[in-house]
Amino acid sequence: MSSQNTRTNPAFYAVIALLVFMSVGPVILMFMNSFKLDVDIISGTSGLIFLPTIQNYEKALCDVLWYEPDHIDFCSLKFGGAFINSLIIALVSTVLTLVIGCMSAYALVRFRFMGRDTVSLTTLMVRMVPPAVLLVPVFGLWNNEFCLDRDGLIGGAIRDTFGGRGDVCLAGTHSGIILIYVAMNLPFVIWILQSFIVQVPRSLEEAARVDGAGPFQVFFKVVLPLIKPGLAAAAIFTFRIAWNEYLLASALSDRDTKTVPILIVNNMSEFNVEWGVIMATGMLLAIPPIIFTLLASRQIITGMTAGAVKG
Amino acid sequence: MANRLTPYMFMAPAVIIMAIALMYPLGYMIWGSFRDWNPSQTIGEAEFVGLKNYIFLWSDPNFHESLGVTLRFAFFVVSIEMVIGVGLALLLDRDIRGISVLRTMFILPMMIAPVVVGLMWRYMYHPTVGTFNRFLDSVGLPRVDWLGDYALMSVIIADIWQWTPFIFILALAALQSLPRSALEAARIDGATPWQQIVHIKLPLMMPVLIVTALLRLIDAFKVLEVILVMTEGGPGLSTEILALRISRTATEFRELGVAAAMSNYLLILLLLLTVAMFAFNRWQEARAARLNAEIQEES
Repeated sequence: MSSQNTRTNPAFYAVIALLVFMSVGPVILMFMNSFKLDVDIISGTSGLIFLPTIQNYEKALCDVLWYEPDHIDFCSLKFGGAFINSLIIALVSTVLTLVIGCMSAYALVRFRFMGRDTVSLTTLMVRMVPPAVLLVPVFGLWNNEFCLDRDGLIGGAIRDTFGGRGDVCLAGTHSGIILIYVAMNLPFVIWILQSFIVQVPRSLEEAARVDGAGPFQVFFKVVLPLIKPGLAAAAIFTFRIAWNEYLLASALSDRDTKTVPILIVNNMSEFNVEWGVIMATGMLLAIPPIIFTLLASRQIITGMTAGAVKG
Repeated sequence: MANRLTPYMFMAPAVIIMAIALMYPLGYMIWGSFRDWNPSQTIGEAEFVGLKNYIFLWSDPNFHESLGVTLRFAFFVVSIEMVIGVGLALLLDRDIRGISVLRTMFILPMMIAPVVVGLMWRYMYHPTVGTFNRFLDSVGLPRVDWLGDYALMSVIIADIWQWTPFIFILALAALQSLPRSALEAARIDGATPWQQIVHIKLPLMMPVLIVTALLRLIDAFKVLEVILVMTEGGPGLSTEILALRISRTATEFRELGVAAAMSNYLLILLLLLTVAMFAFNRWQEARAARLNAEIQEES
């Protein structure tokens, strides 16, 4: 009876409307500002009435545009290249994390083997390691230790072909950033996928095995198709972290491997902030996650609850 | 023959990658924290100084300040988010048409890059062009220096905006999976909605809520980008949380050894929290099971 009352209560809908406004408002504000000229943003005579312009986007993407806009005399913001770097890094690390994480989650759920508990516990523990803690060692290792020596065969070959300083190190390459992202995301992905694999009925796998399928065939042909929702959730979370991460990327990347968040932070700290362009870059960085959210919100929520609650 | 090796073949890639890129760096960091180490040296060239870095931090006022800011930030963020998130879940736990659309809207802030979140809020907090001050102007109130005088509060508000939905969604999921029988029994016995919440819903949700709160707490120590973009730790040290201080010590002050020692302190703190999470989880589960049994006996 009480629920009947509140359902028709207009105040209830007012609360919901307010909540939606609060959570989406800032995003919409940024979206609108990215289409405004700086003059309009600063004068701020009216929030809603303005002449939309794509100048900000043109300025941000000037290095990949096929035409030259009149209002740009010098292309200072190499956003297009950073966007491509971000895409490569995020996509490759997502795929790798999923494949590797899936396999080990399966092993942890389905097999009893020596060291299983150790691995399981370690995975659980390293989930809490913040990226800031990894900053110092990763910076040191990637620059100094994970290198192909100049005297070695492969390192020498790479240096002769591509030039550059003596040693060939992981720092400053896409693979260096991808490696740390995969490692960082693995514990979480393994954790989430475990809770999905547990739900796959054993009888299905046994039936496949009776029909003569090997363990890898069972895994790829029977188990994987059944945990697609879990995979989708894990993929979105991994992509989100790899796409959004700033700190480690900024320590590991060089001029050519900068990702989008680094570019935004660098532009932000400069003295004179061009709000329109900054908002446009921010919007470009936000668009992929927003698309995922709109397409797969149910998987995201399932993954979130599975990841947090299952202990 | 393949059978015994199969699990190891499945595990190998993950174990190798995590060993190379997580465990080894962590060990390397612990080793480095005992050294006077700057970025131009390899770790072998750095001088071994024993516990000097740790002792230095122990009496370093800046580190104390930063630790205090971190703890305050984490405490306020988690407690306010828990209250609002759980409150909203209790309020909205009924059949609303279009709840899935609503939830989609709510998870949007979480999916957006922290860098972008910082950017949006920095704009909204801007002293002259920002949304908030413009609003204050238009209603005739004095302007507020959001990122100056109230920097920590402003940063906390931004984090609440981004992460309250997380708690809301988990609390709502917990609420909707409560045993119907207990609620039914309470309603028949004439419990008011308020009594139902305090005596039935909240105790039954408690295990999930505790885990959620601890997860948020652990995450609150990881926050960095939002604050970096909004205030860069300033003004002064008022918003310089530990993660930010580590990164500044390493890149600006070029003292990798001190930064490593600081990382270790943070790691120990988080380790304690994680262990607390497991212990609490076990304990609460047992308690909830007992409570459940009691309720069922009574009905």
